[in-house]
Amino acid sequence: MDVKMISILGAAFAVGIGSIGPGLGEGRAVAACMDAIARQPDAASTLSRTLFVGLAMIETMAIYCLVIALLLLFANPYAA
Amino acid sequence: MTSPLVSLELFAIGPVIITRPVVTTWVIMAGLTLFCWQATRRLSLAHPGRVQAVLEIVVGLLMSQIEDVLRKDPRPFLPLLGTIFLLLLTCNLSGLIPGVEAPTSKLETTGALALVVFISVQGFGIRTQGLGHYLSSFAEPKFFMLPLNLLSEITRHFSLAIRLFGNVMSGEFIIAMILALAGLLVPIPLMALEILVGIVQAYIFTILATVFIGAAVGSVEKG
Repeated sequence: MDVKMISILGAAFAVGIGSIGPGLGEGRAVAACMDAIARQPDAASTLSRTLFVGLAMIETMAIYCLVIALLLLFANPYAA
Repeated sequence: MTSPLVSLELFAIGPVIITRPVVTTWVIMAGLTLFCWQATRRLSLAHPGRVQAVLEIVVGLLMSQIEDVLRKDPRPFLPLLGTIFLLLLTCNLSGLIPGVEAPTSKLETTGALALVVFISVQGFGIRTQGLGHYLSSFAEPKFFMLPLNLLSEITRHFSLAIRLFGNVMSGEFIIAMILALAGLLVPIPLMALEILVGIVQAYIFTILATVFIGAAVGSVEKG
């Protein structure tokens, strides 16, 4: 196993494992928002705006994993 | 496979190398400016044309969204935030035109936009609260929180850039990958998804910039 192979494995694991947490988190957030909208349909616009911003925040974690995977694949300082 | 972190160099003006996303952004900027200049040349209260009616809806929608977040008069913030939203919307959607690459799928463009937001957040904060009061707001609620607050001020703008870059770039990357694996016309549903992602990401970038500005001017809880 040279550095390149380990980097590819690392990139795959970074995206694979790193997207579990945000996936669960986004599911919980959307479920809570649905619950809230069902209880109070009047507040739907405020709720969905807050939901979108919150989802973006959660999603950033998965995007960080993606960026780290890309750095490992394309800008790896050790594999040159 | 070409790296998504490198952009194509087109030509150089002296020591400055002009890359492809820069030229695309110039074209989009010129197009938006020309369109808005043409559309706002003959505004009338009595007989609004079709374009004017659409523009009024867009501006009104932007103002109401900013007002909902800031709970303040949105007029001082509308030029910056509205421009950011329209530019991002056009940039994100321009990636769907064949042969055009969305400028926001490169880290430089989103980094520059996040830098604009960062500087304007500090500017709005100092202008509304005064320099001393604004700087002392970083030491809230206790003084030992100062390094954490300074760090979060930088990281949240950094994540603003990374988020937009990651979303737009990963969309284009996946389309390219499926095109290479499955062939022509297969990635069309993903391109339709890309329209949604482009609009949502432009909205989220603008709303987050609004929230950051709101936190700096003191009308939104700092978060």
